[in-house]
Amino acid sequence: MKVWLFHLAVLVALAVLALILPAYHANNLARILMLAVFATGYNLAFGYTGMLSLGHALFFAAGMYGAALPVSLWGLGALPGLALGLLAGGAVAAAVGLLALRTAGVSFMIVTLMFAQAGYLTVIYFNQTTGGDQGIVLSGAGRMLAGLDMTQDGPRLMVALGLYAAGLLAALALVQSRFGRVMLAMRENEERSRMLGYDPFRVKLAVLAISGLYAGVAGAGYALLFGYAGAGFAGVQYSILPMLYSLMGGAGTVLGPLIGAGAMFYLIDIASGLTTAYLMGVGIALVVLVLFAPRGILGWVRERVLPWLP
Amino acid sequence: MAAVILEAQGVARAFGGLRAVDGVDFALQAGEIHALIGPNGAGKTTFVSLLSGRIAPDAGAIRLAGQDITRLPAHLRVRRGIAYTFQITSIYPRLTVFDNVALAAQSRGVRDLQAAIAAALARVGMGDLAGQEAATLSYGHQRLLELAMGLALQPRVLILDEPTQGLAAGEIAAFTALVRSLVPETTVLMIEHNMEVVMSLAHRITVLNFGRVLAHGTPEEIRANPAVQAAYLGTGDAAA
Repeated sequence: MKVWLFHLAVLVALAVLALILPAYHANNLARILMLAVFATGYNLAFGYTGMLSLGHALFFAAGMYGAALPVSLWGLGALPGLALGLLAGGAVAAAVGLLALRTAGVSFMIVTLMFAQAGYLTVIYFNQTTGGDQGIVLSGAGRMLAGLDMTQDGPRLMVALGLYAAGLLAALALVQSRFGRVMLAMRENEERSRMLGYDPFRVKLAVLAISGLYAGVAGAGYALLFGYAGAGFAGVQYSILPMLYSLMGGAGTVLGPLIGAGAMFYLIDIASGLTTAYLMGVGIALVVLVLFAPRGILGWVRERVLPWLP
Repeated sequence: MAAVILEAQGVARAFGGLRAVDGVDFALQAGEIHALIGPNGAGKTTFVSLLSGRIAPDAGAIRLAGQDITRLPAHLRVRRGIAYTFQITSIYPRLTVFDNVALAAQSRGVRDLQAAIAAALARVGMGDLAGQEAATLSYGHQRLLELAMGLALQPRVLILDEPTQGLAAGEIAAFTALVRSLVPETTVLMIEHNMEVVMSLAHRITVLNFGRVLAHGTPEEIRANPAVQAAYLGTGDAAA
């Protein structure tokens, strides 16, 4: 109960923030929220179940193009586009998982990375359709989501917040369920879990598919909210970003990815205003984090202040 | 004679050129405590790994209550009622005692988790430790936690791999009493090096040597068996 109230309070605080922030920061918040949906799903696989994937850019791009192509090519509505993106992310993740989960550890990282790179090259190869590096811009007509105009700042932030809230509450329910306990069991001791009657392959495949649904809806939302889909989002950095968000915010915490995404976004924003070597700032922040709070910001908070935090 | 619950017929498994288990016939009677003994490297752990499905046999058949389970993967054998506790303590150190036992209990679809966990923990005398992180438990308690996880599965056959290893004398006495209280509802198969424990607990004993069954019988028969004495107990080995 306490856990649910706490997270609802966080959502209310985000809604208040959405109302009072000036336009520039409100827009940033919308981007952060969509990236946080992506990272929340990544963290279910990485932080909770112990699967270190380097292929999530593929699932994000699957969602992005799963929504953007039908909307731009066939004039599909934004809402069915969003649903298609969600399903595309989940389906691609499940397909990749069927093959990649025959491996574990470093091999799993490499296999997922290879799948994602193959996906990236596929997007480039079909640049007639996907726009390749140029990408495709969605027209205003394709960005009317259930009567809300995504070209306007207010409605866009509202939709971003709605998607994040749904993702957060679903993740919260999942990690507190019996299945959530089995996810942790896979992370902690796979062989013991097998000898308690759980099939590691099936559990991990299910989590990877769920994680893919998050990536898919985040990619679709990103395309529809900001009106653009491009090959850049299929690149390897979009596999690494959700991992960095999770690590910075706290791997294996429900709110950590949001905190990580926000912190990283503003770190880059501020550092790039000061110097062109802004990645140096990001690097220093990560080194400090690893040295002083290896479990991430929220992991640190959980260890010291709020032990009940899921 | 009680019914046979778990049966192996001619099972074999080789690692490279080494025949770790070489054509073993074995029958576990329902409700007994059966000890598996033998010198180091005799193939005991490999044999119970074959029974529990952790490794696949090269040859032979394994039956649980008459049903062939030779090709059944380990996690499904657990669901059918074969529980295995590891030789080297294998728990979830970063989870609480409660969650450790919950993972076992929910595996068989228990409705009332709280009650099932309380019952399993009470059985091993750890009812007041449910909230503690497993890593912070003493070694003896970690062994007991692993046993509680086995009990929470409510198995038909409980396989214990050297359960008393590293326990203090007082802990061994409590453990012996606990295992005795499990039968005849559960059938126990244990690998054990402590001969006192074996002789006081086991109804029947099987001796493995070089991957083969050297002898089987009651503790008295095993004690009197000259081949066992030669191979294992170290007496009557005049040639050496």
